[in-house]
Amino acid sequence: MQTFRFDPCDLPPSAIALRSDVRDFLATELDGYPARTRAETWMGWDADFSRKLGNKGWIGMTWPKQYGGHERSALDRYVVLEEMLSSGAPVGAHWIGDRQSGPLLLNYGTEEQRQKYLPKIASGECFFCIGMSEPDSGSDLASVRTRAERTDEGWRVNGTKLWTSGAHRAHVMIALFRTATEEGNRHGGLTQFLVDLDTPGITIRPIKDLSGNAHFNEVVFEDVLVPDTQRVGETHGAWKQVTAELAYERSGPERYLSCYPLVAELVQELSQSGAASERQEIEVGRVVAELATLRQMSVSVAGMLQAGQNPALEASVVKDLGAVLEQRIPGLATDLLERPFHLGAGGLDEAAAYLVQNAPSFSLRGGTREILRGIIARGLGLR
Amino acid sequence: MNDLQKILADTADRLCTDHLPKKIREAAEVGEWPAALWTAVEGNGFTRVLVSEAGGGAGGTWEDALILLKACGAHAVPLPLPETIIAAWLLDQAGLEVPDGPLTFASASLATSDVGVTCLQPMTSVPFAGQCAHVVAVAPATDGLQVALFASGEVMNPQTTIARDPVADISVSEPALAHGTASLPVDSVMLFGALMRSAGIAGALQSSLMQAVQYAGERIQFGKPISKFQAIQHQLAELATHAASVGVAVDMAGTAVTRDPGNAGFEIAAAKVRAADAAQIGASIAHQTHGAIGFTYEHGLHFWTRRLWSWGPEYGGSAHWARQLGRQAISSGGPALWSTIAAR
Repeated sequence: MQTFRFDPCDLPPSAIALRSDVRDFLATELDGYPARTRAETWMGWDADFSRKLGNKGWIGMTWPKQYGGHERSALDRYVVLEEMLSSGAPVGAHWIGDRQSGPLLLNYGTEEQRQKYLPKIASGECFFCIGMSEPDSGSDLASVRTRAERTDEGWRVNGTKLWTSGAHRAHVMIALFRTATEEGNRHGGLTQFLVDLDTPGITIRPIKDLSGNAHFNEVVFEDVLVPDTQRVGETHGAWKQVTAELAYERSGPERYLSCYPLVAELVQELSQSGAASERQEIEVGRVVAELATLRQMSVSVAGMLQAGQNPALEASVVKDLGAVLEQRIPGLATDLLERPFHLGAGGLDEAAAYLVQNAPSFSLRGGTREILRGIIARGLGLR
Repeated sequence: MNDLQKILADTADRLCTDHLPKKIREAAEVGEWPAALWTAVEGNGFTRVLVSEAGGGAGGTWEDALILLKACGAHAVPLPLPETIIAAWLLDQAGLEVPDGPLTFASASLATSDVGVTCLQPMTSVPFAGQCAHVVAVAPATDGLQVALFASGEVMNPQTTIARDPVADISVSEPALAHGTASLPVDSVMLFGALMRSAGIAGALQSSLMQAVQYAGERIQFGKPISKFQAIQHQLAELATHAASVGVAVDMAGTAVTRDPGNAGFEIAAAKVRAADAAQIGASIAHQTHGAIGFTYEHGLHFWTRRLWSWGPEYGGSAHWARQLGRQAISSGGPALWSTIAAR
């Protein structure tokens, strides 16, 4: 049985100083932002805002300077992320590139790929999406069937990716394609590619979610030609790359802060009412205790990343606990305020109505609760 | 963990392995004092981990003490070691000498007259009251916390907790043997009692998890170990997330107290909320995994789960501490909340 390690992690002075810069910037930039917009947090898309962050040096912060990065610590980056999320900044456009596509290219990309993409990700001009899930491949990612076949010019791709967040607005997809079928090795025969989304043969169809919004998509590939120079890492060897990428995807503070802007609104309303009941105080306090604990766990994971360790297991613990908390908050808000939330009401109610409807996705995206608990069970030696 | 903390953890594990077989735990539950274990923990200086070197202690930090307080939960130690550690710390903080032997502590109404400091009313629900020769009584003072050492007096209304730890009221008629003032919060009994119980829960949850994982690997049903069933795996994974969360919350509180015992109320409250809530969930999953055998006295899982049930509500349960956090958050307002959380 493996013991989970959540060593305490003190933020360095550079991170503390940076925090106040970020807060000053956000106070100006987000002045007057409605609660509903803030509630989108890392699903909120604003290309202009992303470019401003790029100018501030707050994207690709840990990357080498030669690729447009700023060679800062993972903990400095962590502080920027948590300030953005807690204030409800619209960080969705650059989020994927900063979080996982950039690091993937740093680890496995060619020099040409790094030169081509990393500086533009860091400047907030080039936005990425993740091409993993398919109609018949969700949690069972190794079953992907979209095929890339070797041709004289490169690779020809046919198939469909599904639930691709932001594909209708992103420039590039990092896609996982099947390039071979290996008997008895379902993790083999998979290869990752950088796919420019304006390549002929790609059809992107936004899919409305249950709230009526569309931020995920179906992406159909019909005889799409991808040059071999766009292949990331080894041919047939993507599984370990994808596993590493998913560790980044699961490790950040967005896995417990999705509803934080609503918590702040709820506390503010109770504060202004001046007459919070004992029950309201207790339930708010319980959320505060859980947030404070999850944040400490999340900082600890960032500390492990900074120290070059692999916190995949600990990240799964934080994401699982975090999603349980996030999903509880919209229902708790309606319960404590004793009113239904209406669309068109503005303010807290509008934000809460949005989050009530979005909460089911929190334990699906980036690895379902069942996948995470399977990973944790493996860590316990149960499988 | 630093070197001292590793030594403390290893020594505590070794002492409990050597001196705390199941029959000692069982005997303690019917009132037999585990003398050999006590001699071992006191002889190793555990009781004085928080006492300054000048006061004859180890001069350790709260982070060091938490190693031992967690171990008391992890090994289901049937001794007032946590109570003694904190009582000794209170005495030392007030500049008083720490007597040998088990100690307990309680809130009291203290009065000062020409005979010295006396205790006006019985101290209530004092853990291990009948087993300790001395009790440390504390009361708010104008400039901090009044701390008084009394020889134990008349023990009244004896009861036992669900953990089978003795608890009773004490009435003392003689004046205090010594008294002083400590620069500590006026609600120190509740605060540090809550932290002591949170740490115990952290240890007991970790131990319950390990026992449940081991049992699930050994118990065969439908032709395979029940650990191979996804329903079991996911429950144990959930227990593991709660055990990890309480460990982190307790460590966060330890860091805060080490930095400033007068400014750790937020972290201690968060730790106790998390610990008390997780204790309920954790005990439930551990029992569900063990099935009927875990429900027997013979099996012994209950030494840990009864402590979880007992310690959750002691020194303020989840709602008590959550209300403090909630009231503070609401009075400070929404925009200030993130600064409060991120300042830790």
